[in-house]
Amino acid sequence: MTAIPETKSRIGSIDWFRAQARWRWYEPVFWLGAVAWYFLLPTYLPLGTQILVAALFALSLDLILGYGGIVSLGQSTFFGVGAYTAGLLATHGWHEPLSCLLAASAAAALAGWICSFVIVRVQGIALLLVTLGINLVLYEAANKAYTITGGADGLQGIEFSPLLGIFHFDIYGRAAYIYTLIVVFLAFLVARRIVHSPFGLALKGMRENWKRMPTLGAGLRRHGTLIFVLSATIAGLSGALLAESVQFVALDSLGVQRSVDVLTMLIVGGTGVLYGSFVGATVYMVFRDQLSDLNPAYWYFWIGLMLVLVVLFTRNGIVGALEDLSAWIEKKRRGAPSS
Amino acid sequence: MTATALATHGLRKSFGALQVTQDVRFDLPAGARHALIGPNGAGKTTFINLLTGMLAPDGGRIELEGADITSLPPQDRVKRGLARTYQINTLFPDLTPLEAVTLVVCERHGVSRRWYERLAKRHAVIDEAFALLRDLGLGDLVRRPTRQLAYGHQRVLEIALALATRPHVLLLDEPAAGVPAQESGILYEVISALPAEIAVLFIEHDMDLVFRFASRITVLVGGRILREGPPGEIADDPEVRSVYLGTAVHG
Amino acid sequence: MFPIFQGFVQVLFDGVAFGMLLFVMSVGLAITLGLMRFANLAHGSFAMLGGFTTTTLMKHAGWPFLATLPVAFVIVALVSVVLERFLYRRMYRAKELDQVLLTVGIIYMSIAGAAYVWGPEPQAFALPDYLTTYQQVGWFSFSRYGALLLAIGTILTLAIFFGLERTRFGAMIRAAVDDRRVALGVGINVNLVFTITFAIGSGLAGLGGALGINALGLDPSFPIEYLVFFLIVVSIGGTAGSVKGALAASLLLGLCDEAGKYYVPQTGAFIIYVVMLLVMLWRPNGLYGRA
Repeated sequence: MTAIPETKSRIGSIDWFRAQARWRWYEPVFWLGAVAWYFLLPTYLPLGTQILVAALFALSLDLILGYGGIVSLGQSTFFGVGAYTAGLLATHGWHEPLSCLLAASAAAALAGWICSFVIVRVQGIALLLVTLGINLVLYEAANKAYTITGGADGLQGIEFSPLLGIFHFDIYGRAAYIYTLIVVFLAFLVARRIVHSPFGLALKGMRENWKRMPTLGAGLRRHGTLIFVLSATIAGLSGALLAESVQFVALDSLGVQRSVDVLTMLIVGGTGVLYGSFVGATVYMVFRDQLSDLNPAYWYFWIGLMLVLVVLFTRNGIVGALEDLSAWIEKKRRGAPSS
Repeated sequence: MTATALATHGLRKSFGALQVTQDVRFDLPAGARHALIGPNGAGKTTFINLLTGMLAPDGGRIELEGADITSLPPQDRVKRGLARTYQINTLFPDLTPLEAVTLVVCERHGVSRRWYERLAKRHAVIDEAFALLRDLGLGDLVRRPTRQLAYGHQRVLEIALALATRPHVLLLDEPAAGVPAQESGILYEVISALPAEIAVLFIEHDMDLVFRFASRITVLVGGRILREGPPGEIADDPEVRSVYLGTAVHG
Repeated sequence: MFPIFQGFVQVLFDGVAFGMLLFVMSVGLAITLGLMRFANLAHGSFAMLGGFTTTTLMKHAGWPFLATLPVAFVIVALVSVVLERFLYRRMYRAKELDQVLLTVGIIYMSIAGAAYVWGPEPQAFALPDYLTTYQQVGWFSFSRYGALLLAIGTILTLAIFFGLERTRFGAMIRAAVDDRRVALGVGINVNLVFTITFAIGSGLAGLGGALGINALGLDPSFPIEYLVFFLIVVSIGGTAGSVKGALAASLLLGLCDEAGKYYVPQTGAFIIYVVMLLVMLWRPNGLYGRA
């Protein structure tokens, strides 16, 4: 390992942070690929939309879990709040999609803020259970309030007027896909900025050693509240996107199953690496799409097996495995000549 | 008279029936180099946790530069200038020293919740972090993940994190604990180079370190202060010797 | 006046009976959590396996219901030993999250497996006639099935407490829960203690699953549906794995659930979740927890 010349290190430090935040080669490739999907797989646009929504949802979880180290089992609480807000606005006469999106995100942010009061007071297993509990309570409440939410049948009769007055949400899902892609990309940019901001660093500190943080001047409760609000907003945004693209809100948007699903996606993809959520969502949704046609029960088996294998044998999901692989190749390359 | 940096009045703490801290009256003047020694179970760790706010006392008062901090949570005490290090490295394994110290400096500057800003643009913060690490001899290692550092360097980083909060009072909990002999030189350099204005309290077992750096020693036994005085006095004190029963106390 | 009292006693009886059932199913999870610090969310899969053992024996081998119960216990215990030895043992030192995910993966696989073997529909099951009737004692009538739950639950509770407090093996368990390293140092074969305890706990889950078919139904989605119950019992009872806590939590939940169904039927499962939230906020480590 070559020593970094000390005299250069001072400027090198700022450069180092810049390098951390720099766009990697695979990033534009990924986004161009997402654009290409529109042209290459026109019959799979609804699937593509669902993958993007799931990826954004997983990204929201990655912020609290992968970066903040907070294990939450109730992320669909915020997804559902966003979905139902958008849906309810539409069924009550407000059909403009963009403003619904904003309103839904705001509602989810509020939900995140309210929940944060209880969540920042607990850790470990208790945290898992409190987040799960909130999720369950909300689900039951939505179920019981079927006059408002449609209960187990879901919220129907949602209609949105054309985007910007021009683009209809057509049955092929074309407008929906592009709309979703743009929104997800913008939200991704926000998440990216969070990760490379001073707060992103504080989050990582919480993850690496939350006990140390207060004795270094960091208030865990305030940080926790902020990340919950940010994460909930993004989760709510993804829920609203789904409501707008499929024009239906199922009760299971709020379900624990969805919370577990998004956690699975994130773990399979890799936590704390931004793109893990995209990789995981793609793998999960494609798998499900292909396999559940055969038999819904069998699909469960394969995803269960994938989860077990990922936990036992990879450091950090698919992205983690790829990182380790490339580091191993690097080492072989460097070590190969002589000795 | 030099100003008092840290003082406790009648500090008490019990765990059930066990009184771990008994009515402790303690003074730490500005710029001090004090050592707190005592046999295992004397209550040193509890005392530190009470000072930093990790534990709430059953009674008594803690004053930092004259202000009552008894009811303040730990992070507020840090903001007022009270910092500590841990006996066992309590670091951020996956972060580099540069990131770790930058984190602390961001907290101090109050910008740690700016989620919309580019961290790389905060030149002043990053410069300060790097300068601190360089001055402590870690300049070449700032970009390696903490868990790859040698133990001695990690102990220095432990101090660096505390120093990054620009403390007025620094509590060093067994700074040399676990450091192999050949690496303790760096540590001693760092300790002797600590700014003179900072009041330092060492919690120590290592008498070498105590006699090298401390100008005043407080002996804590059974949660109560047994003796207080300059090193020579303490070393000769028969009661202290009997309490330590054979632990090497240099004269 | 009297009907109100009668209703109250009914709720009390049903609540305690149901609570006992929950206890039998969940105590294994509490002990595993306390002993091995291992969050085995797939505990419900063991309960499900016990249930399927019973239905299979009854349907294809014509066994009487009560006779299948010990078999359910034994079979599930054996399966759990295999799982513990080859899979779980690697994960004792792993992060909580990894344990949760591993066991979720196992839940998924068990659900798919059960659907493959026994079909995805709820299992047809009928209690033997002598258990479906109601017994009349004075003004009070109670179901024999409920009495069975109470009886078995009480016997098992006493057996567990006696076993933990009075036997040498129980002392070893308690030592290992308290401080694993010291227990190892004193010469306790911690691995063996773990395996046996896990087997017993899982066997009990299987027994509970079999016992509970009448009350809870049985189909492949059982592990996930009832996972919530188990988690609630453990969270309220004490995440440190206290058996007393699991008992208290199970009874509390059983009573709340029955009372809810009787007095405020429209709220349903709501009540339990709210109770859990409230307890978690008041005592984050559970009623009998340790930080």
